[in-house]
Amino acid sequence: MQNALHEAQTIVLLGGTSEIGRAIVEQLVTPATRTLVLACRRPDEANPDEFARDGLNVVTTYFDAAATDTHDPFVRGLAADHGDLDVVVVAFGQLGDQADFDADPQAAAEVVHVNYTGAVTACLATAAQMRRQGHGHITVLSSVAGERARASNYVYGSSKAGIDAFAQGLGDALQGTGVRVTVVRPGFVHSKMTRGMKSAPFATTPRVVGELTAEAMRKGKHTVWTPGILRYVFMTLRHVPRPIFRRLPLG
Amino acid sequence: MGARDQLESHRAELTGFGLTNPSGAVVVDIDDEVAATAIKDLPARGGIARGLGRSYGDPAQNGGGHVLRLAPGSIVVDEQACTATVGAGVSLDDVLRVIVPRGFFVPVTPGTRYVTIGGAVASDIHGKNHHLDGSFGNHVTNIRMMLADTTVVDVGPDDDPELFWATVGGMGLTGLMLEVTFRLLPIETSRISVDTYRLDSLDDVMTEMVASESDFRYSVAWLDLLATGRRVGRGVLTNGAHAVTDQLDPAASNDPLGYAADQIAVMPPLVPPHGVINKLTVKAFNEMWFRKAPRQRTGELQSIPTYFHPLDLVGNWNRVYGAEGFVQYQFHVPDDAVDTMVSIIHRLAAAQLPIFMTVLKRFGPGNPAPLSFPQSGWQLAVDIGVAHRRIGTLLGEFDRMVLAVGGRHYLAKDASMSAETFRRGYPRLAEWQAVRERVDPAGVWASDQSRRLGLT
Ligand SMILES: Cc1cc2nc3c(=O)[nH]c(=O)nc-3n(C[C@H](O)[C@H](O)[C@H](O)COP(=O)(O)OP(=O)(O)OC[C@H]3O[C@@H](n4cnc5c(N)ncnc54)[C@H](O)[C@@H]3O)c2cc1C
Repeated sequence: MQNALHEAQTIVLLGGTSEIGRAIVEQLVTPATRTLVLACRRPDEANPDEFARDGLNVVTTYFDAAATDTHDPFVRGLAADHGDLDVVVVAFGQLGDQADFDADPQAAAEVVHVNYTGAVTACLATAAQMRRQGHGHITVLSSVAGERARASNYVYGSSKAGIDAFAQGLGDALQGTGVRVTVVRPGFVHSKMTRGMKSAPFATTPRVVGELTAEAMRKGKHTVWTPGILRYVFMTLRHVPRPIFRRLPLG
Repeated sequence: MGARDQLESHRAELTGFGLTNPSGAVVVDIDDEVAATAIKDLPARGGIARGLGRSYGDPAQNGGGHVLRLAPGSIVVDEQACTATVGAGVSLDDVLRVIVPRGFFVPVTPGTRYVTIGGAVASDIHGKNHHLDGSFGNHVTNIRMMLADTTVVDVGPDDDPELFWATVGGMGLTGLMLEVTFRLLPIETSRISVDTYRLDSLDDVMTEMVASESDFRYSVAWLDLLATGRRVGRGVLTNGAHAVTDQLDPAASNDPLGYAADQIAVMPPLVPPHGVINKLTVKAFNEMWFRKAPRQRTGELQSIPTYFHPLDLVGNWNRVYGAEGFVQYQFHVPDDAVDTMVSIIHRLAAAQLPIFMTVLKRFGPGNPAPLSFPQSGWQLAVDIGVAHRRIGTLLGEFDRMVLAVGGRHYLAKDASMSAETFRRGYPRLAEWQAVRERVDPAGVWASDQSRRLGLT
């Protein structure tokens, strides 16, 4: 059970090696936190020591976002082992390479399966657990790429558009149950995922995304753009005619 | 009310008075007759009783489980024995309306009369008279309660005292109280004779409180935590006693026990999201409040609501802190740790938080209840808006200072302490848990607070 100061006792990061996910968790861990679960496909790479602190039990565990049929038992198992889940951050996702997708449509299917289908089942399994406990906060990593798909990464973008819409609906469906959903829409973030890529305007860092997300969660906001200015940038971009949009230098 | 086949229930998201940390539960409206059905019907997450939800944090919530709201029952006054037997769901407000005109007062009242008798016992509430009269549980002679297995028992200080004292201050976790018998205080008039002192420093306030405490039944000080320099902790001390008939002027003498308790205003439902509390508004308020107090005035006659329940004049005032809500940090330290109290007050003042509700009080000896809060010494209560960042760090430091000198925090106000802080503040927890194990081995009674603090 988190306390009145939004200090969670149990935090779960699905996508335990995600840099942005870890940066969010970094901001959420307080002296009140007892358990942090880093769940990912390669738990041996999850580096629990980075979060080591007196009184905090950092657990690494195997979790495959693509194995959608395991998500419900997985979440139930977490609750059985660690009690109520206060915060679950859904941060796994793959960017992929649009050129690969063009050559091998099946590669696109895998990315979409993880980013969308896997996130849907993980969120639903988490939501069901949080309904059972009557409280909890689900934070879902979306992307501005889902706001308006671009030629350079429209498979990724469309999968994020899907999960973004899903998470908004989920938040509304959970109204009045004690469960909150926050959708995070980062812009270009300097991280492992984007290493070597050309930086886009208003690029930011995982740390900034983490800080803004933690703040938005405390305030009970449904969506957070990071950096905040992107909210306004995209308000405009949404209405830019496609011939012009195509030619914008958006990375 | 007659027996019903179907329990009346609905889903709701509940918070305490501080409006923080909501959780979703099924709220079941019950009375004595369907209580057993409701208990048999409890899901795996169990149930918890809820009175008027005036606890600040989460003791009267139970996410994913049931929350039982007991209908107000009867109020029976035994004038000979000087006691009242009251349904646990009845409010103090209703009790006062019945007993004051008949020449009685409750043995203990908190700063609001919108609490139930069940809530008063479960929190073992204290009032401005703790230094002389102890807490509510000291005046209870019998509790009729329904246990987890739906048996109904009567317990008192001489009748299963272990269960009685575990229920006093037990935050609803030993069973559902149905009816409580407690002693009343005979009064001649419904007025309080109040002495007010405006004092320019914390030192003056504390010295005066100790000097005058044996002379007055009621005593409490308000402190200004936004004053700076030597004036940090300056305050207004109000000492009170029930006025006798001779003190009334001729007009009031016609109706010495007259009692009216009404709200004069209600906070509008739409307060700006960030509330209306900030350093400027509170600094101005504090200055006004301090200046308004006379340097010294004795024997002023005040009504019961004015002296005891001034906050009740404005309905829903808890919304002034905005959507994020607020916490009340309330702790006790023993007399020999007065330095710790002074240093926490100074650190609060240094943080310059917009705090206008600051109550300093002396406590007398505690009672036998293992989870009862009051112990001899000093207690302080401050309201702090949750929107103010870093209060977690600040309160964490205070927690350590309080525990280091053998102090503790009040469960009725708690919304943020850790399980560890709670355990260290209440060394008799194991004793309480043994009683709980006896009457609720399956752990039917549970609340958000009990899970958060590892109470159950
Ligand atoms: C403005 C204000 C001023 C206050 N001043 C003081 C003060 O001066 N001194 C003080 O001591 N407290 C004070 N309080 C706190 C208040 O007195 C306690 O929180 C009290 O318990 C609230 O009663 P309630 O009926 O609202 O109970 P709730 O908040 O609804 O519940 C409190 C606890 O009582 C239990 N409970 C309620 N009914 C039953 C029942 N029938 N059987 C078993 N358990 C039950 C609940 O399970 C819960 O654990 C103040 C609160 C406010 C809002």
